[in-house]
Amino acid sequence: MELTTVWFLLVAVLFTGYFILEGFDFGVGMLLPVLGRDDRERRVLINTIGPVWDGNEVWLITAGGAMFAAFPEWYATLFSGFYLPLLLILLALIARGVAFEYRHKRPEASWKRRWDQAIFFGSLLPAILWGVAFANILRGVPLDADHEYVGGLFDLLNPYALLGGVTTLALFLTHGAVFIALKTTGDIRERAGALAVKLGVGTAVVAVAFLTWTLTIRSSAAAVVLAVGAALALVGGLAAARARREGWAFTGTAVAIALAVATLFAALFPNVLPSTLDAAGTLTATNASSTPYTLKIMTWVAVVFTPIVLAYQGWTYWVFRKRIGVAHIPQH
Amino acid sequence: MNSWGFQVDALDVARWQFGVTTVYHFLFVPLTIGLSILVAILQTLWHRTGNERYLKLTKFYGKLFLINFAMGVVTGIVQEFQFGMNWSDYSRFVGDIFGAPLAIEALVAFFLESTFIGLWIFGWDRLPKRLHLASIWAAAIGTNLSAYFILAANSFMQNPVGYRFNPTTGRAELTDFFAVLTNKVALVTFPHTLAGSFLVAGSLIVAVGLWHVIRNSDSADTGAYRFATKFGSWVVLISSALVMVTGDIQGKIMTDVQPMKMAAAEGLYTTESPASFSVLTVGSLDGSRELFAIKLPYLLSFLATGDPNGTVRGINDLQAQYASQYGAGSYTPIIPVTYWSFRFMIALGMAAAAIALLVLWTQRKGRTPTSKWLLRAGLVMPVLPLLANSFGWIFTEMGRQPWIVFGEMLTRNGVSRTVSLAEVLTSFTAFTLIYAALAVVEFKLLVRYAKAGVPDLTPAPEPVDTDDAERPLAFAY
Repeated sequence: MELTTVWFLLVAVLFTGYFILEGFDFGVGMLLPVLGRDDRERRVLINTIGPVWDGNEVWLITAGGAMFAAFPEWYATLFSGFYLPLLLILLALIARGVAFEYRHKRPEASWKRRWDQAIFFGSLLPAILWGVAFANILRGVPLDADHEYVGGLFDLLNPYALLGGVTTLALFLTHGAVFIALKTTGDIRERAGALAVKLGVGTAVVAVAFLTWTLTIRSSAAAVVLAVGAALALVGGLAAARARREGWAFTGTAVAIALAVATLFAALFPNVLPSTLDAAGTLTATNASSTPYTLKIMTWVAVVFTPIVLAYQGWTYWVFRKRIGVAHIPQH
Repeated sequence: MNSWGFQVDALDVARWQFGVTTVYHFLFVPLTIGLSILVAILQTLWHRTGNERYLKLTKFYGKLFLINFAMGVVTGIVQEFQFGMNWSDYSRFVGDIFGAPLAIEALVAFFLESTFIGLWIFGWDRLPKRLHLASIWAAAIGTNLSAYFILAANSFMQNPVGYRFNPTTGRAELTDFFAVLTNKVALVTFPHTLAGSFLVAGSLIVAVGLWHVIRNSDSADTGAYRFATKFGSWVVLISSALVMVTGDIQGKIMTDVQPMKMAAAEGLYTTESPASFSVLTVGSLDGSRELFAIKLPYLLSFLATGDPNGTVRGINDLQAQYASQYGAGSYTPIIPVTYWSFRFMIALGMAAAAIALLVLWTQRKGRTPTSKWLLRAGLVMPVLPLLANSFGWIFTEMGRQPWIVFGEMLTRNGVSRTVSLAEVLTSFTAFTLIYAALAVVEFKLLVRYAKAGVPDLTPAPEPVDTDDAERPLAFAY
């Protein structure tokens, strides 16, 4: 396999990992005002992701770094072109990250309420905007022959991309509800499980519509198979959620997200950012890439370190595997 | 041109944004780098001796560390995105070289740091003690490792090595990754930055400890605070010595690879041999004419070349050389900025070391300091090396101008061509506002938790109906 293909796959894997992991973080953040009826319940919710959210976010930083290193043209065009959505995502991630750490640092209710809002909006905005961004990558954007983005903000707000935003929003909400049901005990667990089922039905409809629309824009045999797999995994996850088989439900939504992201990348390949104007403007895994020498070094680094990272991050999840509930929350 | 008679374009705002967000990010980074190791050392002391004093200090400074850590993390993401957003032509030009250390930094260092910091925060009293101790060390190593990769990337901008310019693709391409990682600028900047970071972290430990020693002298924990002030003072003294040694080596390398930056640090317009070191020069606003000066003969030659009679090239010579080498244009940085930032860096760093000496002296042979003036000096102490770090970065980055990659690409050619002034202004304003608000919040929290003092170690009553085997991990949030 060519190294450019290897790195296309690796970038896809990194974003897939990011959306699976931070997907439930975003879901938990958005469900904070819905499932957390008082401060102790909200603390339960935040503590379900407390030890892991920061490590989950590193998947994004690594994906961005990998894109920069392996496909500098893609990184440069995408980040300068999607300027305002990325700015909003950054502001949201700043507010949300600080909120997790600072929320419990003062006792006043007003203090906590403000940080809860930061967590809610800081989760909501990226949950929508990542969908908008990736739908636009797939759909293509106006690029001139120098691969520079020549569209405006409103070119990014087309109906297909907005449906993409609704899809990631719905997927992350359901994924988050399922995760909460898996990680908590007592009343919250019950309510989260029931909510997951309700949310899941709507999510399935939106996701199937989005994936179908995706395949009409750009498609490949692999993409069709992956899209069908994503739909089946989501339905399976929902059935498991209904039966309160929480482990299987979480597996279902995680696999659904993974396959949905994989569908986009499979449909996109070998392009990385198609141009809606001149075809010469289209960025591909080949014309956007670094030199073979750089890719070779990066491949060695990835081969050596990725298994180590996966091992210790996986181990962390095992360490923090216990369910938590309001009874565990200390009074102070 | 607007009605005030000056013109602002996207390039200016993008530069200001990079300056503001980077200096701001680097207010938190030195503390994260230094405190992670110092807290790990305190916890190791507890682990080895069983003395609860060290446990209390670990938890106390650990809390301050975490309040600061969060800010470093969230402001760091901006840095990685900003290259693509505001400096996309730079990213295209150097991506083949510059992207790799960034990606490796994330994969090798950030994962380590963030995963193990989570284990450390939530693992108190729950993880086996040895494993919990290993977690803070893993996080601290990750943090310090990340500094290496990002400094290697920055050093490429100062002294590009291990690459060739490919005229077909119009970009710089990697030919020797090992050369990039062992760039002599990186090898010396790394220990210099680390030592500068420990200067800040040690100063914070002293400031907080000293406040409690003087203001809270009847506390049962005075012994712990006294230990902290001494520990911090030694960290400051040792790291200031390392800052000086590494800074000295840096000066010689700079003379070699970026002679214009050396000349700009000194405001040295004409080539001199021997060259004298300007302690203080007041010049005309553009810096080209001297009005008043205190100079130490031979010192600059010695610092720059290792030979008291060595030749140090002046700005005028270098400007003429670069103009013939790279084409007409100005290759001179803004001299007052480089001259003063260089001096502030040195003076502020040395001031912190002086206060540390004073703190140790007033506590000699078991004495207890009571002076209000010492207390005040102690409280400003962490600010001094923090600003020294900022000035150091301002110096090294402004001294590189007009280049974004020395000798290869001008800063004005690296900016994103398609990003409008309105867009950059929006992001610059948004970041500045949110950063300013968070700075106030963070500072108040630090003061609050610093004043609260070391924790009481009597265990909190366990919540009811918890079966021990089912006990989840500690709650931090």
